[in-house]
Amino acid sequence: MDYRSSDSPGLETHAGPRSEDVLPASATAAVKVVIVGGFGVGKTTLVGSVSEIRPLTTEETMTQAGVGVDDIAGIEHKTETTVAMDFGRISINDQLVLYLFGTPGQERFWFLWNGLFEGALGAVVLLDTRRMDVSYDVIGRLEEKGVPFVVGVNRFPQAPRYPMEQLRAAMDLDESVPMVDCDARDRASCRDTLLTLMRYLYTLTTASTEHQ
Amino acid sequence: MSTEGPGSPTAPGSPDRLYILTGGQARAERKTELDLVTLIVSRSEADPGLQPEHAAIVRMCDYPLSVAEISAYLELPVSTLTLLLTELVAGRHVEARPPVPAAALPDVQLLEAVMNGLQKL
Repeated sequence: MDYRSSDSPGLETHAGPRSEDVLPASATAAVKVVIVGGFGVGKTTLVGSVSEIRPLTTEETMTQAGVGVDDIAGIEHKTETTVAMDFGRISINDQLVLYLFGTPGQERFWFLWNGLFEGALGAVVLLDTRRMDVSYDVIGRLEEKGVPFVVGVNRFPQAPRYPMEQLRAAMDLDESVPMVDCDARDRASCRDTLLTLMRYLYTLTTASTEHQ
Repeated sequence: MSTEGPGSPTAPGSPDRLYILTGGQARAERKTELDLVTLIVSRSEADPGLQPEHAAIVRMCDYPLSVAEISAYLELPVSTLTLLLTELVAGRHVEARPPVPAAALPDVQLLEAVMNGLQKL
């Protein structure tokens, strides 16, 4: 690992946030929301549209002993997978910070989900109408894990324009789960998608309190 | 909730607010569990005796930074960074401010705060 001192020339060699990216000392706690979707669906674009910092990348490594693979001459089989996750940040107030993590939806990346969804408020599933299968699997998995989510439909210009209800039926999605159009490049559209998630969580929370 | 200053005492009988105010006192006896969004803050200047990786973290965290951000700036995988941070927390070089604990469903006041924050975007 190569650490250079902060006075070395070149901005990129200085490890740490730019002065404008520093959180106030009063920041006490953080919450997170996960953006899930297939490659190229606009996760990082969405994060970048609403983040107060330029999106950053963090890596997670998984070492897994080969399972169900024939052992050749006692050599241990291990696969190491490194996956990058882009994330951004929104300061909610002086004390509370919201982090947005984009994570790939394909099944082979689900190992990332354990730490990621633990404690997450909820998720936005970004749907690409050109590749519905990934979203279908993601939705099933989120339902299994009991993670509340909303679906944002990122409509690409060249993508077929299905009516929302047709998409809902194709995704086998419950009526109660909000679906919204989400232009990942547009800050207001991304903000509204996040607000849709928060309002949905709010209704879930208040409904469960009333039932007690 | 916005009337509470960062240092104000916890109002009696309002456990809902503990998530904002306790910071992490309850954590001292517990094993430190670090989330991607646990905020790390240095307790003091980097000790000259620290290893370079540790010192880099302590210098970087003079203001709060999440584990994910430190990982990104140092280009270290989260699992590796977590080990370094656990040592720094144990040595009382840095403080870890845990994320808002999520129950099965988030707290209404928390959601209201997030919605208010998002409206300002």
